[in-house]
Amino acid sequence: MKKPSLVVVGNGMAGVRTLEELLVLAPDLYDITVFGAEPHPNYNRILLSPVLAGEQTLEEIVLNDWSWYRDNGITLHAGREVVRIDRARREVIAADGTRVGYDRLLLATGSNPFLLPIPGRDLDGVLGYRDIADTEAMIRATAAHRHAVVIGGGLLGLEAANGLKRRGMDVTVVHLLDTLMERQLDATAAGLLKASLERRGIGFEMSRKTDALLGDAAGRVAAVRFDDGTEIPAELVVMAIGIRPNTALAESAGLHCDRGVVVDDTMMTYDPRVYAIGECASHRGIAYGLVAPLFEQARVCANHLARYGIGRYAGSAVSTRLKVTGIDLFSAGDFNGGDGTDEIILSDPQGGVYKKLVLRGDRLVGACLYGDTADSAWYFQLLRENRDVSAIRDLLMFGEASLDDAGQGGAGRAAAMADDAEVCGCNGVCKGAIVSAVRREGLSTLEQVRRHTKASSSCGSCTGLVEQILAATLGGDHAAPPATKPLCPCTEHGHEAVRAAIRDEHLVEISQAMAFLGWKTPDGCAGCRPALNYYLTSTWPHEARDEPQSRFINERAHANIQKDRTYSVVPRMWGGTTSAAELRRIADVVDRYRIPAVKVTGGQRIDLLGVKKEDLEAVWRDLDMPSGHAYAKALRTVKTCVGSEWCRFGTQDSTRMGVELERALWRMYAPHKVKLAVSGCPRNCAESGIKDVGVIGVESGWEIHVAGNGGIRTEVAQFFCKVATHEEVLEHAGAFLQLYREEGHYLERTVHFVARVGLDYCKRRVVEDADGRRALHARLQDALRDAPDPWHQPEAARVDRRQFQPIPIALEEVTDAG
Amino acid sequence: MPDDGWLAVCGRDEIPRLGARVVRPDGGEDIALFRSGDDHVFAVVDRCPHRGGPLSQGIVHGRSVTCPLHGWDIGLEDGQAAAPDVGCTRTLQVRELDGRIYLRRDELLAAAAPLARAGCA
Ligand code: SRM
Ligand SMILES: Cc1cc2nc3c(=O)[nH]c(=O)nc-3n(C[C@H](O)[C@H](O)[C@H](O)COP(=O)(O)OP(=O)(O)OC[C@H]3O[C@@H](n4cnc5c(N)ncnc54)[C@H](O)[C@@H]3O)c2cc1C
Ligand code: SF4
Ligand code: FES
Repeated sequence: MKKPSLVVVGNGMAGVRTLEELLVLAPDLYDITVFGAEPHPNYNRILLSPVLAGEQTLEEIVLNDWSWYRDNGITLHAGREVVRIDRARREVIAADGTRVGYDRLLLATGSNPFLLPIPGRDLDGVLGYRDIADTEAMIRATAAHRHAVVIGGGLLGLEAANGLKRRGMDVTVVHLLDTLMERQLDATAAGLLKASLERRGIGFEMSRKTDALLGDAAGRVAAVRFDDGTEIPAELVVMAIGIRPNTALAESAGLHCDRGVVVDDTMMTYDPRVYAIGECASHRGIAYGLVAPLFEQARVCANHLARYGIGRYAGSAVSTRLKVTGIDLFSAGDFNGGDGTDEIILSDPQGGVYKKLVLRGDRLVGACLYGDTADSAWYFQLLRENRDVSAIRDLLMFGEASLDDAGQGGAGRAAAMADDAEVCGCNGVCKGAIVSAVRREGLSTLEQVRRHTKASSSCGSCTGLVEQILAATLGGDHAAPPATKPLCPCTEHGHEAVRAAIRDEHLVEISQAMAFLGWKTPDGCAGCRPALNYYLTSTWPHEARDEPQSRFINERAHANIQKDRTYSVVPRMWGGTTSAAELRRIADVVDRYRIPAVKVTGGQRIDLLGVKKEDLEAVWRDLDMPSGHAYAKALRTVKTCVGSEWCRFGTQDSTRMGVELERALWRMYAPHKVKLAVSGCPRNCAESGIKDVGVIGVESGWEIHVAGNGGIRTEVAQFFCKVATHEEVLEHAGAFLQLYREEGHYLERTVHFVARVGLDYCKRRVVEDADGRRALHARLQDALRDAPDPWHQPEAARVDRRQFQPIPIALEEVTDAG
Repeated sequence: MPDDGWLAVCGRDEIPRLGARVVRPDGGEDIALFRSGDDHVFAVVDRCPHRGGPLSQGIVHGRSVTCPLHGWDIGLEDGQAAAPDVGCTRTLQVRELDGRIYLRRDELLAAAAPLARAGCA
């Protein structure tokens, strides 16, 4: 039997979301056809702002790629605009003549930017801000032009201004009123926002009415003229003064429209075969312009298309955020207050924080937060649910955490949130849904939570909260798995058992270890193979065969892979020291191989970024400096300060000590990366306090601290021991690291290793047991004996050099490459 | 003898076991040639359906490769991402004769077309 036909006009956020919901409820009900005027699959329009600001790429914001349509049996006509609906014959007709009949029609045509009806609006370089084409045109303009003017100081205008500024243009925002974002902010918050944008270099023309746009001889805009006759230069003008629901198609088909295609609570238009949804629809007199309400509408509409017939859409309360990195701003409800309302205001202009809560009687009816928006989800929930807040009124301003025990940090707030509290406004995901997905599916990363729940996958402003919930659900440190957990799904055994078998059974190859331990997969996975490879090579340094194909790409290519498939190269600079000759060679290499970026790293050395894989070997050769192992689970850097050689406070020669440590330990692979630092006095300019091993010079010798970490969660290193000489530093540091190499779990930093086995245990093995210490140190030295530098001894390091040569083939004529 | 449509690319042994080589057609999209632990060879467009990561640089296991950028597992036979991830990269037919690997010219040309970039056939 032929399935009924569903045609969707508008391949945007609302239309496609409806299809996603429909496919869950009734996957096979319809033959589905989608028309989209844009030549792209469905993408996340919200994220055009980060794309403009250079923070994300177009590829990254695609929501449903081409294969999604194919896999779901949906016919997509991308790049085809529907120009007519023939309701009598139940057909839509596209500009190119394509006709498709429908049993149900869904209009999701979005809005159009409103362009001021002034002279010059048709000049080149005058744009609205709506879609990929606009965004690309703006990005192109940033390369060729200098002056941009954004007309409209609302959400969209400010995001456009920020993006253009970040790309180097001189940007002026022209606003008709004297405060920005007047529909979302009160005057105080708007003032703080303006000051902060001014600090970023954006200019403002407030209370200004634009009269005309003036062009140059070539027909491109050249200036903006105000009604008082003054002019400012502009080679790009972005109009962001509002949107108009795109109803032209519906109107021409005789559907009732009134500032939007009018729909009822089931999203049905006046024609029962036709639904409308998203920004083009007018529900109870409101056409929404944000995604959260559209997604609610989509759920209801899908329910009716699936013939369940029970959903009702009753309208949405909306809240606003600005997506400008570094500016936190939130507003919802009636934030201006007025008669019959009370305001609670917290203002700290110095600290850049301003919060205003508006109450009517016992209810919170509005909120406007600037600078600290951590509690926005909670306020928004109180507001939407119209809850009685009289009992907590005194504490309301101090946030949800203040209701429990005082002194809780962010994690406490996440833990304290109620299960039905909404976390992600864009996708309507509440805390309970995240917690149960984490538990049920065993999720441990933000990316996984995004994929499973959609939380924080739209505008991203709730990312921090989602991470806190993840951390709270997993219990504290979500990096370190419990000790008894299997190494990965390929085996029942945990890390300890695998290490013991390799040691006790003298296993030297991955295949041997897998066979002995009864691995469940023929060749493991990307989780266990690198771990096995490390355990084998660290236990039997001169016998086990290192297997490059079981290493993560960075350790296989001996460079860090970048998001655009190039690599970065970080040569070693002992203790952060270098010379004119080295710098000259680096400069020459940068020129010769057209390396696009050079950066001083946080580890006191230089990073060459954007090197083509084919060039890596030549770059290493011409640099003629040792590998910095910036790509490896291995010794990274030993940071140093200038120390007693130059510094007026220095008590010890920290630079020399650092260089000695780095020369002794480089090429040392470990369960995870290892970073050291040596400071010449307790002022600690080399930041020894947050290193795996941190050494601090004092009058009478050296203090050694261990297990610090400056990364995901900062941990201060713990005092380990105090010694007198350079030799003792080398021996104690080496022995501690060898203990970590022998007993650490793969991907466990020293901070987690020491937390697991105990600092006292490490002291007993290294500080108190002199013979044991010497034995550990000797084993380390034995492991590092003859260890090759992969950049300059590729054969000895078993580097598979074929990887650097792609196999060329000519497609034009038939050639036999063999 | 393979017919005209098949292009000889390289010897099987030029691909490391549990590893990959990149084939670069002139003017075309990179193709990743993988060799599994049991010596089967697979060809897929070298572009992860997630954010375009170079699959050739991933770790090969069983009939999958783990993308080096964010760890999606992509099937070498069908190009499909393993659940819960959703997406697919185009695969190409491979023929092996006397230890040499052949790919189809028409498929290499098709892989270079822009539409192939965001999905599979
Ligand atoms: C280049 C550099 C940033 C910079 O431009 O300054 C950098 C870049 C990266 N860091 Fe870092 N980190 C750099 C210094 C640091 C520092 C500061 C330091 O070393 O003094 C830290 C905090 C100190 C610490 O590790 O305790 C740091 C903490 C991290 C972490 C978090 C580690 C943790 O245990 O919490 C990661 C993630 C990881 O390793 O899993 C990371 C991961 C990364 C990666 C490898 C991300 C990735 O997987 O691609 C970046 C590679 C970039 C590349 O391709 O070159 N990077 N990273 C720095 C290189 C230093 C060097 O010369 O080798
Ligand atoms: C730069 C920017 C930033 C934004 N930031 C946020 C934010 O932070 N938070 C938020 O909630 N919202 C934000 N929005 C608003 C949000 O993107 C929209 O509310 C949402 O995309 C509307 O969805 P829609 O499906 O109704 O319309 P759209 O996503 O615009 O989709 C409509 C589609 O229909 C197509 N179409 C129209 N007519 C036809 C026709 N006749 N035939 C075929 N196709 C047709 C259009 O080309 C378009 O692709 C932002 C918008 C922009 C432009
Ligand atoms: S902090 Fe480190 S890991 Fe994060 S973006 Fe910067 S370099 Fe990359
Ligand atoms: S690009 Fe492959 S997993 Fe992200």
